[in-house]
Amino acid sequence: MTDLTEFKQQTTEWLEANCPASMRKIQIRSEGVFGGKQFTFPSDDAKLWFDLMVDKGWTAPQWAKEYGGAGLSNDEAKILNKEMDRLGCRKPLIGHGLWMLGPALLEYGTEAQKLEHLPKIARGEIRWCQGYSEPGSGSDLASLRCKAEDLGDHYLLNGQKSWTSDGDKADWIFCLVRTNDEGIKQEGITFVLFDMDTPGITVRPVPLITGESHFCDTFLDNVKVPKDQVVGEIGKGWSVAKALLVHERTMMADIEKNMPKPKYSVDDYAKNYLASDDNGRLDDGLIRDRLAEHMMRDSAIKLTQKRAFEEGMAGDFDMRVATIFKYIGTEEKTQKDTLITDMMGMAGAGWDNENFSVDEQTKTHEWMSNKALTIAGGSSEVQLNVISKRALGLPEI
Amino acid sequence: MPLALNEEQRMLRDTARDFLQDNAPVGLMRQLRDDDNVKGYSEDLWQQMIDMGWPAVAIPEQYGGLGFGFVGVGAILQEAGKTLANSPFFNTVALGAAAIIHGGNEQQQADLLPKIAHGEMRLALAHEESNHHKSSRIECQCIINENQLTINGCKQFVAEGGNADLLIVSLRSQPTSKSAAGITLALVDPKTPGITVKKITMIDSRNYVHIDFSNVTISTDNILGKAHHGLALLDKTLDHGRICLAAEMLGGAQAMLDKTVEYLKDREQFGRKIGAFQALQHRAAKMFAELEIAKSAVIHALSAIDHDEDLAMVASTAKTLANDTYRLITDEAVQMHGGIGLTDEMDVGFYLKRCRVSIQSLGDSGFHKNRFATIQHF
Ligand SMILES: Cc1cc2nc3c(=O)[nH]c(=O)nc-3n(C[C@H](O)[C@H](O)[C@H](O)COP(=O)(O)OP(=O)(O)OC[C@H]3O[C@@H](n4cnc5c(N)ncnc54)[C@H](O)[C@@H]3O)c2cc1C
Repeated sequence: MTDLTEFKQQTTEWLEANCPASMRKIQIRSEGVFGGKQFTFPSDDAKLWFDLMVDKGWTAPQWAKEYGGAGLSNDEAKILNKEMDRLGCRKPLIGHGLWMLGPALLEYGTEAQKLEHLPKIARGEIRWCQGYSEPGSGSDLASLRCKAEDLGDHYLLNGQKSWTSDGDKADWIFCLVRTNDEGIKQEGITFVLFDMDTPGITVRPVPLITGESHFCDTFLDNVKVPKDQVVGEIGKGWSVAKALLVHERTMMADIEKNMPKPKYSVDDYAKNYLASDDNGRLDDGLIRDRLAEHMMRDSAIKLTQKRAFEEGMAGDFDMRVATIFKYIGTEEKTQKDTLITDMMGMAGAGWDNENFSVDEQTKTHEWMSNKALTIAGGSSEVQLNVISKRALGLPEI
Repeated sequence: MPLALNEEQRMLRDTARDFLQDNAPVGLMRQLRDDDNVKGYSEDLWQQMIDMGWPAVAIPEQYGGLGFGFVGVGAILQEAGKTLANSPFFNTVALGAAAIIHGGNEQQQADLLPKIAHGEMRLALAHEESNHHKSSRIECQCIINENQLTINGCKQFVAEGGNADLLIVSLRSQPTSKSAAGITLALVDPKTPGITVKKITMIDSRNYVHIDFSNVTISTDNILGKAHHGLALLDKTLDHGRICLAAEMLGGAQAMLDKTVEYLKDREQFGRKIGAFQALQHRAAKMFAELEIAKSAVIHALSAIDHDEDLAMVASTAKTLANDTYRLITDEAVQMHGGIGLTDEMDVGFYLKRCRVSIQSLGDSGFHKNRFATIQHF
């Protein structure tokens, strides 16, 4: 038996023995485990499952053990993922710390920073939020103005951050600030980390179309940040920010892989909500066509990610292809949400929880909230700019 | 199933690319068109392809082939698509050899496969009977009587039919209400008495014919696969063709995208390169993205052939994505070239025309989405 087969067998056995049955069912967003000081587990099983996984280091399976991970190899992590998928196990922990800050710290953080922050992320002790956007700086992120004044051993921050997802629930923030006004705008940006309890921070939730207010306006008024909380070099925060954006985009490009597995597949909705003839053929020919097209495109997009990986291994990968994933993955995902809610008809437009099932509410909700996928983390238009320039070499606008 | 080419396959691709760019540029196709060449291909070029062993690529080694599989065939066709290089390669290998490999008896395989591998035999599939591709609605009739088979009816739009040394003909051998049963495939020499071949000219300047069968009588030895149960073999053959044609189409799409991007960097209006206009940049970027995902569907389907996987879903996915992508890119290529895109002097029009014929060949996207939905039970 090879090491990998053995690993697979042990993993399967462990998951089967330890993953509570209720943790293998469809999960709605409000049941997601984001961790952090304010977090309360939606159920005892969720807590149990989380604790067991933390002990194994499987919340961040590929991080080294001293950083709270399990030090798994690529292949082992793949097996773990696959087995969790197959058994329908929920993700024990999700969020910005795991997906974005962690990978960026591994690349740019000092050893002290890694030892300080990574274990707390992996153990779900600290929940992170992202302070990039400002009222005047969205797609043109590098124009950001939040000011950091150098006061010797610390910076003094003043300014406003917007769209801070879960800013009211997070414990710490990774934030882009301006340490230098001169020269080109990308230079003079610094990447800092600080505690959301630091005096001078005001967070105001903004209600969204979903009825939730998961993102916030964040006001910084004379906030003191010690200099050892700078990640990377002073004035070189743009590189860290960009590296982190790559992780963010990769995560968003295949959001379904990173989220709990849905109970129904897209064609189940056709069967559950639409009339068919005696041969099982949908009466609505247009929906039938859209559904087939979506399923084909969805498979082609997933195959492209696989192909990119395999071609990379074979040394035959055209790097330009990497520019398409965020754009094409998120566009197809929003098409899918529209298609599903179309198939549900009025049941895909319900709000209350008396007349609409949890699944219906979730789908309707997802259709709205996933509109963000093509906007946040670099909008589709910005991605198309990137493809035009980097993949096709077209001139500056 | 692997989605990346292995070293041998990459070498084949690179050799094919270099050879075709040098020896079969679009100018060759233009010349054939200008000369009203009846064959629609250059004998010289075909002979060189034979010398390089291309027809042998997918033929099993025991029959004198190279045993390289269809990923190799797809790699060659993709390169041929880039320069619109036509030859008997596609119809002989992707349809003809595929049918014989999967349906031929020992005698037929031993007799035909080495000839195909050596380039001594060109094949064509005589299947369509109307303006739209269909797999099972066949009316061309055959009556099997002891050891004889008599054919009556007509076949339309037979690609390379005027060049073929041997035809594979799909026939209705049992009149039945259920179209799935009662289909027989037969190998027919186009010189058999009772066969009339009529050349038709299509916009892609390749060889197409209508074929009329009037009391054509041949021996039952020529039945390919099982009499009356030929539909599965026919479908499998068509799927090979759909997948390989999709590979050729992506080559054409790639060439058109490259040419268009080049033009965007060259042409100036309003005092700057038109490639600086975001309205064009975004459309070009979408073309790039669409082409990349279509490539994955096609290489996946080619790989599925070589791993003996079920082909229906992957073939329909590959052909649909190739159809839609090639159309998007050729339409946009004409548009982004402006007026000059409509002139015969530019090559763009050749791709536009080839694209239209390819889409209609072996199933347009409506056909394949319908088929996909039916297989998926919705
Ligand atoms: C749900 C959600 C959560 C978010 N969470 C966070 C978070 O936690 N932290 C954080 O920092 N930010 C967050 N964001 C902000 C997000 O990063 C920005 O919304 C995004 O960068 C776009 O900026 P904007 O909203 O200001 O839009 P704008 O930049 O004003 O864009 C408006 C429109 O103009 C287009 N546009 C802009 N520039 C160009 C161009 N050069 N070419 C063509 N078109 C262009 C855009 O594509 C868009 O269609 C979140 C956003 C959403 C929707």
